[in-house]
Amino acid sequence: MLWRVSMGIAAAQLRHRRRQTLVSTLGVALGVGFFVATSALMSGSEQDMVKRLLDNAPHITIKDEFREAAPQPVFIAFPQGAVTLTNTKPREYLRGIKNHGAMVDELSRQPGVVAEAALMGQAIIRYASKDASAGVAGIDPEKERFLTTIVSDMVEGSLMRLKTASQGIVIGQGMSIRLGLGMDDLATVVSPAGLVRRMKVVGIFRTGNLLLDEGQAYMLIKDAQVLLDKPFIANRVRIKIADPDAAEEYAAQLESRWGYRTESWQEVNRDFLGLFIVRNIITYSIVGAIMAVAAFGIFNIISTVVMEKRRDIAILMSMGFRAGDIERIFLVQGAFVGLIGMFLGWGLGLILLQMLGTVEITVPGLMDAQKLPLEKGPFQFGVGGAFALVSAVVAAWFPARKAAAVRPVDIIRGAT
Amino acid sequence: MSAGGEAPVIELKGVTRIRQEAVPVTLVRDIDLVVRRGEFVSVTGPSGSGKSSLLYLLGLLDLPTEGRVLIDGVDTTGFSSDRLADVRLAKLGFVFQFHFLLPEFTVLHNVTLPMQRLGRLDDDEIHARGMALLKDFEIEDQAKKRPDQLSGGQRQRVAVARALANDPAVILADEPTGNLDMRNSEIVQGIFANLAAKQGRTVIAVTHDKDFADSAPRNVHLVDGRIDSDVRR
Repeated sequence: MLWRVSMGIAAAQLRHRRRQTLVSTLGVALGVGFFVATSALMSGSEQDMVKRLLDNAPHITIKDEFREAAPQPVFIAFPQGAVTLTNTKPREYLRGIKNHGAMVDELSRQPGVVAEAALMGQAIIRYASKDASAGVAGIDPEKERFLTTIVSDMVEGSLMRLKTASQGIVIGQGMSIRLGLGMDDLATVVSPAGLVRRMKVVGIFRTGNLLLDEGQAYMLIKDAQVLLDKPFIANRVRIKIADPDAAEEYAAQLESRWGYRTESWQEVNRDFLGLFIVRNIITYSIVGAIMAVAAFGIFNIISTVVMEKRRDIAILMSMGFRAGDIERIFLVQGAFVGLIGMFLGWGLGLILLQMLGTVEITVPGLMDAQKLPLEKGPFQFGVGGAFALVSAVVAAWFPARKAAAVRPVDIIRGAT
Repeated sequence: MSAGGEAPVIELKGVTRIRQEAVPVTLVRDIDLVVRRGEFVSVTGPSGSGKSSLLYLLGLLDLPTEGRVLIDGVDTTGFSSDRLADVRLAKLGFVFQFHFLLPEFTVLHNVTLPMQRLGRLDDDEIHARGMALLKDFEIEDQAKKRPDQLSGGQRQRVAVARALANDPAVILADEPTGNLDMRNSEIVQGIFANLAAKQGRTVIAVTHDKDFADSAPRNVHLVDGRIDSDVRR
């Protein structure tokens, strides 16, 4: 009953000033609408980027190197030694991950984990007197399809044909065009070890990423071992796990266990992920500023109304309305403006998303134009709406308190 | 006419009100006043004699610096502002010099607002009582209009109807005819006389209109914040 009376008065006052109500409501709506659109765009593109990172690369890579050079034996023996040895050279060791077979077997036994031993190296691919330098990945096709999106990126041939063809190689479309090297052609592959082999193109892929499409080639690990003259050696163990977010922790465990430098995708893309944080801070500060301006609009209008309505407040109080009733009248107005602004803002946000959804852009490093990635989740709408409601009520709260503090005698005595 | 046997509706006991300013201003001093059920009291006095201040104290809109205010036998000293508001809502009805009607609401809604706030009657009863009150003052045909579409006299009648909405123990009026022309002034004056004489309501009216003051059976005259004379006719 009490709420009904306060709300009735609030509604009447809002109706009485339709224009001001409309303007302040539109202010909130704009804030919510832009919040929804920008935050959908921001988190959409963030997710799109992260997804691309995750799909195109293993979650964790164990490399055949160490984070720090091994200490000299003399420093281990005499940590507090008074004499320093200079110009010592770390011990040379055979590159490659020791015992990678056992590692892969053990990792593969864990649920949700795919592990593959791979050999990465460099080679020059030569065809019809043209050269292209390429990163060579010696892989296991059965496992590679779980680790990257290469299988779905194939435009000709297939990754699996590596297994049946003798001396097969899979190259990117960019390289294929540059060298004029098509399916089933025989390319000359020259390794830094000086070995030259003739390999047959059994597949062509196109990821959309220029670096990969022009500079990456895949072959069986045993072919790579021969080509690079590293028999039985793997210099990478590439791992995919069920929960990508746990990669960092898992990588740390593996590194402390085996000692090899073990990189999670987060570590590799640290600067990239840091960029997202900066970007989010910028976005939400700007959108927050829009909401703050809208809130000041509400504050301003309700303050004005409280000033104008001092007589009405005084008479309501003399009639027997409590200070709380009066406060409620103005809070309800703020909440109403916030609520309607929220709904209008959602509508506006949907329209903006619709418009953004039709925009096509070319992302640097990718060749294909693509639609803007948008995340139209309940999160954007929920947070935008909650923000509007809270800021509207807070903005109304200050003048409402002032209204509740009106002393009717001061008004009635001074009335003319 | 004697009201001596009736129960006191409002009592002031040794009430003093000093407004704390740079130089403290004494609005009223040492007021003892008993108003019994059914009395019609006019309060007169020169400007600045504390008439209005006395009315605000009676109406619990202002609190005494010293002394006590009893409404219907209940000592309101120390009441919270919410409790004071509740007493005003249920027991007191105000009519001011200016009608103070809410401009956004219809005439009828202005009258029913106190009843809705009190919440003792249901919607139909509130509507019926609102219309009945308007009918008492012959303005029921204005019910759907807004206050700014009414004449000054009509508005003041609406204000009186509103003051009566919750069937208060006392009507407190502050210069109710002060802003009206002669004819409307007489009408409103008649209404107050009628409220007291025919309906047996307790009315306390501050006025400087001599005719109006003389129409009341009891007159309290203030000078410099003190009761100068208290005359029953």
